[in-house]
Amino acid sequence: MSLSLEDIQRIARLARIRVTETEAAQTGDQLNGIFKLIEQMQAVDTSGVAPMAHAQEVYQRLREDAVTEPNRREAFQAIAPQTEAGLYLVPKVIE
Amino acid sequence: MQWETVIGLEVHTQLTTQSKIFSGASIAFGAEPNTQACAVDLALPGVLPVLNQGAVERAVKFGLAIGAKLNRVNLFARKNYFYPDLPKGYQISQFELPIVEGGALTIQVPSSESGQAESKTVRLTRAHLEEDAGKSLHEDFHGMTGIDLNRAGTPLLEIVSEPDMRSAKEAVAYAKALHNLVTWIGICDGNMQEGSFRVDANVSVRPKGQQEFGTRREIKNLNSFRFLEQAIDYEVRWQIEQIEDGHKIQQATVLFDPDTGETRMMRTKEEAHDYRYFPDPDLLPVRLDDDLIAQMQGELPELPQAKQARYQQDYLLSAYDAGLLTQSLAHANYFEAALKTLNTDDLTVGAKHVANWMNGELASALNKADLSIAQSPISPDSLAGLLKRSADNTLNARLAKEVFAAMWAGEGEADAIIEARGLKQMSDSGEIEKIIDEVLAANQKSVEEFRAGKDKAFNALVGQVMKASRGKANPAQVNELLKKKLAG
Repeated sequence: MSLSLEDIQRIARLARIRVTETEAAQTGDQLNGIFKLIEQMQAVDTSGVAPMAHAQEVYQRLREDAVTEPNRREAFQAIAPQTEAGLYLVPKVIE
Repeated sequence: MQWETVIGLEVHTQLTTQSKIFSGASIAFGAEPNTQACAVDLALPGVLPVLNQGAVERAVKFGLAIGAKLNRVNLFARKNYFYPDLPKGYQISQFELPIVEGGALTIQVPSSESGQAESKTVRLTRAHLEEDAGKSLHEDFHGMTGIDLNRAGTPLLEIVSEPDMRSAKEAVAYAKALHNLVTWIGICDGNMQEGSFRVDANVSVRPKGQQEFGTRREIKNLNSFRFLEQAIDYEVRWQIEQIEDGHKIQQATVLFDPDTGETRMMRTKEEAHDYRYFPDPDLLPVRLDDDLIAQMQGELPELPQAKQARYQQDYLLSAYDAGLLTQSLAHANYFEAALKTLNTDDLTVGAKHVANWMNGELASALNKADLSIAQSPISPDSLAGLLKRSADNTLNARLAKEVFAAMWAGEGEADAIIEARGLKQMSDSGEIEKIIDEVLAANQKSVEEFRAGKDKAFNALVGQVMKASRGKANPAQVNELLKKKLAG
């Protein structure tokens, strides 16, 4: 599998990353290199092997259901570019 | 052409935990904006999610309640999209291995012909755990959007059905049955106004008899059963019109506008998100061990369907009555409390008596006042107090209704009202005979008519006697005594 320049532009748009034509070409080369590696790995016959989500056989530890976090709005909002009435303000978005 | 509607529902239920699914912030409703959004919910650099055991337990309970398969190892995945109320740039959800797979729910669909309900089984596809997003407020911030992240990270169980429903009525019946179940087992408070139970409906139509499904459109975020029904009815009509006019249905996401009663397009498939799901490297696979499952099984109460079956078997109630009494846990609790206080020798008689009053007078009064059974001004004990006086013939049917109305108005217990208003049914035959004599004397014409063979005249006389007794005479007794007098 190999990515076209068009694929790169689409991925960049989905990730909200602006890329120039040159960057897109460079990124394409890099990604296609990664895909070659993936192709190599995919050539290995894994039929009969269950897919795994983690390299070790360890499982998620669970947290007891209790409220432990106090209200720290003031501290968090001190580093926000703009707030009003307790809300974070962002450029208008309407889907 | 005959068309068939095909509907599948996706329901987001908010779980009744104290804290969020991956953080220790509170999920209490109605707090000041952003006062319940901690560093994890805000996705500040370096934070890591830690899964809430309470959320896992509730999902397991649900899986057990619908007879589903529990995935002993299940996975969390990242669902990627950009929106300001999703600070991480992805929602943590489950994709390949959800916690719950399969299962089924039996629903009662009201049939317009028989007035009774028909039973139908709806299969479930899956139910998975995920976090909710924050809230965007688009008005009044001088061209900016305000973001409240209190809701971000609230635990949700998304419950997905198979496309097994064939009408808006069936979809509503399924949504109601599901709402009953999740509140019954205590995993969701079911508050639709506060968004604790939100429904998305996938709707398509196809010519009757056709095997493959038509192209579906998804109606998002329906927060009442009424809107669900209206939205589907509108959508089905719209789709049929489009096809009959020669257009093709395009796969799309639409919104329902309750003001106009119409659905409108939000985005088409081409504009649909590419979510690029992948396993979340911040979270290890979740393992459900036998102890946890056994404990959850032990905590499950008798489920609505089992209770309904038991009411039918033990109390000989109809499926319809038993279905109404198990429409919510509050109904079943009310019924059982009233039955216990009524304490009849024959439980089937008592059960039928309570059922008639709960499903009749009480239900209509609650409905008129827009109250739930839990808010009933008449407690189960008080209702049983009234039924006792009806069972022992102190009150005839009309007087019982009058006492019920007085109890509803807050005038106290049945016995006190009967005493205060002097409502005791008259059963002293001497007293009734006296009234009959007076009525006969005053209505010679009716008496003659009756003797001339007019049966209607008899009913008129009964009515006169009842009126003269101010409704307190026992109608059966009046009938009997009057017949005797006229014959004699």
